[in-house]
Amino acid sequence: MPNEAVMDVETVTPVEDDTVAKAATVVRNYVRSNMSALRDEDLHDEDNIFEKGFVTSIFAMQLLDFIETTFDVEVPDDRITLQNFSSVQRISRMVGELKNA
Amino acid sequence: MPETTRSMDDRAVKSAKCVVWDLDDTLWHGTLSADDDVTLKDGIVDLLRTLDSRGILLSIASKNNHDDAMRKLTEFGIAEYFLHPQINWNSKSSSVAEIQKRLNIGIDTFLFIDDQPFERDEVAFALPEVETVDALDYLTLTTLPRLTPSVVTEDARRRRLMYLDDERRHESELAYQGPREDFLRELGLVFGISRAGGDDLLRLEELTKRTSQLNSTGIHYSYEQIERLMRDPHHDLWVCELTDRYGSYGKIGMALVEKGRDRWTIKLLLMSCRTVSKGVGTVLLSFLVKRAAEAETRLFADFRRTPRNRQMLLTYQLANFRVASQDGDDYTYENDLTVSQGYPEYIKVEVNA
Repeated sequence: MPNEAVMDVETVTPVEDDTVAKAATVVRNYVRSNMSALRDEDLHDEDNIFEKGFVTSIFAMQLLDFIETTFDVEVPDDRITLQNFSSVQRISRMVGELKNA
Repeated sequence: MPETTRSMDDRAVKSAKCVVWDLDDTLWHGTLSADDDVTLKDGIVDLLRTLDSRGILLSIASKNNHDDAMRKLTEFGIAEYFLHPQINWNSKSSSVAEIQKRLNIGIDTFLFIDDQPFERDEVAFALPEVETVDALDYLTLTTLPRLTPSVVTEDARRRRLMYLDDERRHESELAYQGPREDFLRELGLVFGISRAGGDDLLRLEELTKRTSQLNSTGIHYSYEQIERLMRDPHHDLWVCELTDRYGSYGKIGMALVEKGRDRWTIKLLLMSCRTVSKGVGTVLLSFLVKRAAEAETRLFADFRRTPRNRQMLLTYQLANFRVASQDGDDYTYENDLTVSQGYPEYIKVEVNA
């Protein structure tokens, strides 16, 4: 089912879900405070964090741990995709979907 | 395709990486806190030296006054052999767990030696993957297969010293105020990538056996297999070395790429767990993606999901590798080479192709 995550993102409803909005705030703060490349720049929720900064495997792993601990979700292997982790917005939507699943 | 050496008895013969020692009536005769005039057991110094030279790490879990015990170990001239000694009044299992956390190696690679059945049972109960040894049998340690690696590489001989370097790095990291990347920049990391040579073969064989967290397949390769692949014109065998201002981490990574007519396949990618926190895992993969793009070939990768290699899965999938086919836990990834990721700016990459 490698493509499931991609389809989910494309068919997701607009971001009005409260969970998603709250997740966005938390994730945005985490990314901003842990990526020094972003310190002097604005970070918009739709910005591609892989292009903006330098996302290393260790930061990605920390981010994954942070998401799972903070939101009490388990991100399945097939959701760990470049697309799902590319921006604050996409991460938050994924959290919302996992919470509501 | 190399044969996998994973088998049912793998656990039993899995190499041990660390021996944790009790002190009273195990390492020495007598009880320190009872004011005994303790003396080292016969042959202990040679034994420690032998294990150390094989690349086996040594530590301590002892219920004692920390400063008194350390003073004694220094007097005996053996304090330097022990990494992260846990000398306190906590349970032995919590001490072993603490050592495991600090060294960041698998709990199933630990041996615990103690004269008291209660302590051995307590550790075995809390940490069933740890093998316990009765102190009476201490002289047999050097003959245990798990403590007798078939090869002892230069990296293995220097292992304790490299861990000591890591400790100093860790201390300066704790003292560092500010984002982690800034600290990493201060380290002056240099990541060297070169083609494997004859001198690397022992170390590469060892890496395939010792590495489980950052390992794409968990398949072990023998010296002979690696030597053949190194000479095979249809394979590239890459080896990586990491250094920083504290010294060298040694040869810490490798990649094996099978080069077909119009497709390359990364058969194996691994990085030593000692380098996890330096964020270098993506560097070697980025290098391979760049080379494949330059060669205008399709790029695939073999991956076998294990309970311990989630970080490797993440490394691949966030480098835009997607599952092309899957058979149980065996995946074939493909990277469509549309996304080129640069190296982290805090690492200087030197390629010697």
